[in-house]
Amino acid sequence: MQTQRPHALVRFIRYGWVPLLTLLLSACHFDMYNQPKIQTYEPSSFFADGRGSRPNVAGAVAVGKAQTDDYFATGLVDGVEGDRLPVELTRELLERGQAQYNIWCAVCHGEAGFGKSVIAQRGGIVPANFHQQRLREAPIGHLFNVMTVGVYRGDPAQGGYQSMYSYASRVSAEDRWAIAAYIRALQLSQNATPDDVPPDQRGNLGK
Amino acid sequence: MGQIFPRNANLLARLSIFAGLLLATTLLLVTGVFFRSNAYRQINVAIEQPVPFSHQLHAGTLGVHCNYCHVSVEQSYFANIPAAETCMTCHSQIKTNSPKLALVRESYTSGEPILWQKVNRVPDFVYFNHSIHVNKGVGCSECHGRVDQMPVVWQPQAFFMGYCLNCHRNPENYVRPRDQIYQMDYVRPANQQELGAQLVAQYGIMPPEQLTNCWVCHR
Repeated sequence: MQTQRPHALVRFIRYGWVPLLTLLLSACHFDMYNQPKIQTYEPSSFFADGRGSRPNVAGAVAVGKAQTDDYFATGLVDGVEGDRLPVELTRELLERGQAQYNIWCAVCHGEAGFGKSVIAQRGGIVPANFHQQRLREAPIGHLFNVMTVGVYRGDPAQGGYQSMYSYASRVSAEDRWAIAAYIRALQLSQNATPDDVPPDQRGNLGK
Repeated sequence: MGQIFPRNANLLARLSIFAGLLLATTLLLVTGVFFRSNAYRQINVAIEQPVPFSHQLHAGTLGVHCNYCHVSVEQSYFANIPAAETCMTCHSQIKTNSPKLALVRESYTSGEPILWQKVNRVPDFVYFNHSIHVNKGVGCSECHGRVDQMPVVWQPQAFFMGYCLNCHRNPENYVRPRDQIYQMDYVRPANQQELGAQLVAQYGIMPPEQLTNCWVCHR
């Protein structure tokens, strides 16, 4: 007597679940979730110091950050602060400067630039007032240079300290010039008369 | 040898098949629910950091702008953790002897990084880009919650695909004007639909059929 092969469905129920279950179980792992690639700030055992993100090699220059224009990068002409804005003065520049000023400078110098802010109020620091005579007469290169290298109170060799740190690593040179231009605008704003406002804009005063 | 099982054991045997299936399904569901749970994913759990930095004080009370420390968020796919130099900009003069800041001072002089703990996590197969979001009208608080009220930061919601798709399907429900991105207490206006649609057009946000393409988030 010839034995009948069982029905396909029966065969599947008997043995088919084995590979299915194997597939299902083998899919339960986190290899995709935690990939071997190193993401920002992830540690890595590959390097001796355990850092995944590598420090810059000394002398490395980022793409587009080569210093080709000394005045643009330092605000100095032969070591002396220049009084020329090396970018075109436009409304957009001042608006960019205002936005950046309110992020970086206003925390200490205050939004109006009088050196009064929540942080200054709590004591410990004395931010400069932009409306003092010395800074109103300072060339724009001075404002830029201070943002670039910071300010020292006294001689560092004789107990002096850095009262303002350099912002060069955080604010791009373009933005530092925009901020310098905006500080100039702030200074003008405190010594302006209604006649300085263009006639078609005077209706906006006091709004 | 006599019968070991009585006749009605047949019924038990049959029932046990169903009971087994039921048990397997339940186990599967419970496992699924567990791995998606806030408890497993540490949602709303404040993550202790090596330096007890308070966003509530700095971003809330003092009003320091998000960008002041997280400089790269507008240009880069990640929002950077500030360098010790950024902390020392103020703390070289304020609270200079605080023991809470000892690690920061150490890091500033030695150059050794502080081992901050990651709070907001997305899986490695998701390529989230901060810059595109903040430049196209998605505010910080949309995903990160009221960080300005967190003394110790926590992740306020799980970033499941459904969460992202809520906005990728209907960006007009969520986008804000660019000057409101860092506004932590931003409340969507009554005419959000109208304003949203206008901003979507203005910022050139992709239509939903492109925004929900797999390649947008997965490479």
